[in-house]
Amino acid sequence: MIRQSKGLLNSLLVPVMSILFGFLFGAVLMLAFGYNPVEAYRAMIVSVFQSPYFIGEALRQATALTFTGLGFALAFQAGFFNIGIAGQALAGWVSAVWVALAFPDLPRILLLTLSLGVGLLVGAIWASIAGFLRAYFGTSEVIVSIMLNYTALQVTNFLIRNVLSEAGNTTARVGENANMGFQWLSTLTQNSRLNVGFFIAIIVVILYWVFMTKTTAGFEIRAVGLNASASKYAGMSAEKNIILSMFLSGALAGLGGAVHGLGTFGNIFTQGGLPDIGFNGIAVALLGLGNPFGIFFSSILFGVLNIGAGFMPNQAGVPDEMANIVIAAIIFFVGANYIIRYFIDKRAAKKQTASSTSQGGDV
Amino acid sequence: MNALSIIQLIVSSSLIYAAPLILTALGGTFSERSGVVNIGLEGIMVMGAFMSAVFNIQFAATFGGWTPWMGLLAGGLIGVLFSIIHAVATINLRADHIISGTVINLAAPALGVFLTRAIFGAAQTGPLPESFGRTSIFLLDRIPIIGPIFFENTSGPAYFGIVVAILSWFILFKTRFGLRLRSVGEHPHAAETLGIKVYLMKYSGVLISGLLGGMGGAIQAQAISNEFGILTIAGQGFIAMAAMIFGKWNPLGVMGAAIFFGFAQSLARIGTYIPIIQNIPTIWLLVMPYLLTIIVLVGVIGKSEAPARLGQTYIKTK
Amino acid sequence: MSELQHVIEMSGITKEFGTFRANDNIHLDLRKGEIHALLGENGAGKSTLMNILSGLLEPTSGEVKVNGKSVNISSPDVANELGIGMVHQHFMLVDKFTVAENIMLGREKTKFGYIDRKKAEKDIQALSDQYGLRVDPSARVENISVGMQQRVEILKTLYRGADILIFDEPTGVLTPQEIQELMGIMKKLVNEGKSIILITHKLDEIKQVSNRCTVIRRGKSIDTVDVAVTSQQELADMMVGRSVSFKVDKKPANPSGAVLKVKDLTVKETRGFDAVKNISFEVQAGEILGIAGVDGNGQSELIQALSGLTKSSNGSIELDGKNVTNLKPRKITEAGLGHIPEDRQKFGLILPMTLEENIALQTYYKKPFSKHGFLNYKEVKIHAKRLIAEFDVRTPSEEHSAASLSGGNQQKAIIAREVDRDPALLIAAQPTRGLDVGAIEYIHKRLVELRDNGKAVLLMSYELDEVMNVSDRIAVMYDGKIIAIVNAKDTTESELGLLMAGVSLSDAQDQAEQKGKEKGVVDSTK
Repeated sequence: MIRQSKGLLNSLLVPVMSILFGFLFGAVLMLAFGYNPVEAYRAMIVSVFQSPYFIGEALRQATALTFTGLGFALAFQAGFFNIGIAGQALAGWVSAVWVALAFPDLPRILLLTLSLGVGLLVGAIWASIAGFLRAYFGTSEVIVSIMLNYTALQVTNFLIRNVLSEAGNTTARVGENANMGFQWLSTLTQNSRLNVGFFIAIIVVILYWVFMTKTTAGFEIRAVGLNASASKYAGMSAEKNIILSMFLSGALAGLGGAVHGLGTFGNIFTQGGLPDIGFNGIAVALLGLGNPFGIFFSSILFGVLNIGAGFMPNQAGVPDEMANIVIAAIIFFVGANYIIRYFIDKRAAKKQTASSTSQGGDV
Repeated sequence: MNALSIIQLIVSSSLIYAAPLILTALGGTFSERSGVVNIGLEGIMVMGAFMSAVFNIQFAATFGGWTPWMGLLAGGLIGVLFSIIHAVATINLRADHIISGTVINLAAPALGVFLTRAIFGAAQTGPLPESFGRTSIFLLDRIPIIGPIFFENTSGPAYFGIVVAILSWFILFKTRFGLRLRSVGEHPHAAETLGIKVYLMKYSGVLISGLLGGMGGAIQAQAISNEFGILTIAGQGFIAMAAMIFGKWNPLGVMGAAIFFGFAQSLARIGTYIPIIQNIPTIWLLVMPYLLTIIVLVGVIGKSEAPARLGQTYIKTK
Repeated sequence: MSELQHVIEMSGITKEFGTFRANDNIHLDLRKGEIHALLGENGAGKSTLMNILSGLLEPTSGEVKVNGKSVNISSPDVANELGIGMVHQHFMLVDKFTVAENIMLGREKTKFGYIDRKKAEKDIQALSDQYGLRVDPSARVENISVGMQQRVEILKTLYRGADILIFDEPTGVLTPQEIQELMGIMKKLVNEGKSIILITHKLDEIKQVSNRCTVIRRGKSIDTVDVAVTSQQELADMMVGRSVSFKVDKKPANPSGAVLKVKDLTVKETRGFDAVKNISFEVQAGEILGIAGVDGNGQSELIQALSGLTKSSNGSIELDGKNVTNLKPRKITEAGLGHIPEDRQKFGLILPMTLEENIALQTYYKKPFSKHGFLNYKEVKIHAKRLIAEFDVRTPSEEHSAASLSGGNQQKAIIAREVDRDPALLIAAQPTRGLDVGAIEYIHKRLVELRDNGKAVLLMSYELDEVMNVSDRIAVMYDGKIIAIVNAKDTTESELGLLMAGVSLSDAQDQAEQKGKEKGVVDSTK
């Protein structure tokens, strides 16, 4: 019991310290440009929690990040860096909207299931391309995913302009039967766009945990990620696990994109760049250290940062890009956790020598 | 349009779009030859573009026609500063190279726009007073046929890039510094036992990638977008990485690949003027560089082409 | 003593890594013009001591004198300047560079900013002529033989003007003939005024070339002796700290029918040429077949093909009556193969996972460990606890990571996992590499036990002693072929040595006989 709680504390130390350092870095930057960091952070965080509407919006943002974060984490545990999350989410988004627009008269439950399902599947297939090439040709999944990201971006914009609208930059809104809203949820959060996707996200978090820790398929994915050679020796198929993990990773990203598209916007419009939920999802997964519950809480934190950022320009005069700078800084410290661990270990070593010398005195 | 003017249009616009890619891809080559993966090139380009735009606006009156070239330098310098983050994280702090690069790509657009707002009060800088425009290369433009096609009304920065590529090839393969840089990417432990300062070499590789990537961004801002905003750099850093792989980490090959991708990018814009190509839907021209890179990666380039210890953290013996 | 000039004196050297003492008050002195052996088991602290001398590590305390002057060797550069050069065990060569580039790296001569290759190649040629170190300066290292790679390593130190050369386990990857050539080179080097420290655990090499020998054990220096008046048995006892019997007690084998039948097997290695060439052999139930040979003669590829990790390009493999040629690893495992892999940390274990998960690595998907795709950790734990007790794996608990175990206990865990499945054939590749004497004895005992229970065992090892003492029959591999299969009790070390160098069985028997008569050194047959 003691060992476990100590382990938990230790594994929490890196993310917590990273968050702290990230905010500290943002504060220093704001000071350097003559802004008041206390005002800015107060505006960002307190404003969100003062209003049910903005709490709802933060949770809505967290919903999308949970999906994309879990998607990234799954591939990461299998040893792959799925930098293509953003493109897969976009593919899921556009295909879900497409389905919803194509069959407006299907019953609601059916249309929602179908739209989200197609979004999930398209994201999964898009990611599987990188998985397949990695498995059978040894091609770097990082480079292929980057290329697929921009392919998805261009194709999506093309579809919006040429297929889903008449040379416009945005599609029509999906019909009432593809609405993910929940009456009591919107009433509770004063008409925020928080929707049923939030509950799907919670269910997926639990499913993810069960899958990774309790099933043989999850065991194989973890094994391949930790040591591909030994996994092959033990009769696991590297190819199967590479493709499976990229498929599932893309499925989660695609589902995230679909939920984001239907739940938040109800349509799709031409994109100048890849959607933020992709790279922020990577950030969430890294901060959550691959643990599904960690990812869920990281998503809520980043959801609050994303939504709270909107208050900074008016209330503190600070550009809202500050939020993304803080996020980047947090992930910098997570990535460079060696520096944090170094100081932890140094302190632990000091304590140990101190205690061992005192013990030595007793003898 | 007659044949000559069509060819001239293709060549000059290819070179214009190639220029940022050439420099950035060369930067990536130095970094990866030293063993450090730098997917943060995109972010470094953003910072270079931002800095050159600010410089351009502030000093156009002082430097006149030379402003874009001075802006190029300013962009390179900010690129060096920004790449230090990547160097410290990957070399000293043992961070995963991809994670560190992702951080750079997350941070740069946010920081660039943050600073733009802090300085100009808006998310874009607005049009730059002095852009690169088109230049003719002295004397060479007088050569019959070849002159008008390649050297008249063309991109100055592209020729700068070509010169840098040749120089880079010489540095990597003919000088002491190049030999040592490559040895660190191939077998850092061997290099260390021979007294080579592994970390210094890796820093050099990453910082050079910052310099050239920043310059690439500066060219994008001052020759193509003519402003700085969130969309000034939209994937060029990643295309530059593709060019680096396509060119097999050899500066001359990298330059060729970058020019080819510049050609592909420009076709998407000028294709409507050119017979045959005008019938191809633009979407194919837009995604061609990405798809070609995947095809080439799968079909042509074996793993043996990349530096042997690419992306691995090296921990010094003491 | 005083008239002898000491080029190196290391006294009271202590090196600590955290709480671990790798070197504990070690003394070593090297006389000018001698070959001084440094003898010790794996992990005794030899490499640490030499890394201190070559500037890669700094001692926690102690003094180093070079040519009588106290020095602080703070970096490889300083060691270089003092004339100390190291020939590394794992060659420190850049595969994609040429021989000349590897040698000049760090000491490049430039002309107008670019590297003067012509001058470098000329200098290298001169050195190579002077010491008889044949190399091709313009060849790429990835394309030259292991022997030439080692000569490049030696030239690297000479190019830097080294007078004191450290050879770290230089013979491990060489054929007996290449070893003889290396011994000749070392003698030539000392004749030309160089001094040499030879790190090794091979007693016959020490006897053959060195003048004195310093023995270290568990970080402490035990003694420095004159090699000429010390027997191999005495050296071995000093090294391990107690009398060792090299013999394994075992009853005569009782073979009863072939379990593994290999016919005309050919296996390509990663670069596309044949590593295993048309091999045929059988392993019987109730016998141990040893595979001897110098590293890199196709043994690894053979075992990878047998276990399904690599595909064969020709031939057939039959295991326990089933054709398993080119089946997936799991199918072969289920057909009755147990496999202790050559690289236990790369293939045998998933180090960050718990010991119980590692013990279930071959069976996790089967009942009772798994049902309907879900793992049953209760059963996994019960199973792990039983094997840990039965095979005496020393660990605080089955929930500790495999990485936290010592090498010997990691290997015991693998053996437990593989043997417990009751395979018809057990392949043990390098099963005792890097382990201490106690663990080695235990593993050998287990292999023999398995044989006595009527199982077939295929033992691959680069250690001749191990193959000779444990096996019943020995197949010798050379250049991808089995060039002979001999009975362990009828063969001799020198016969096997010749076979490992590619000499045919009849020639080898002739020469071994002759050697017995003349006590001369075996020459290359070429």
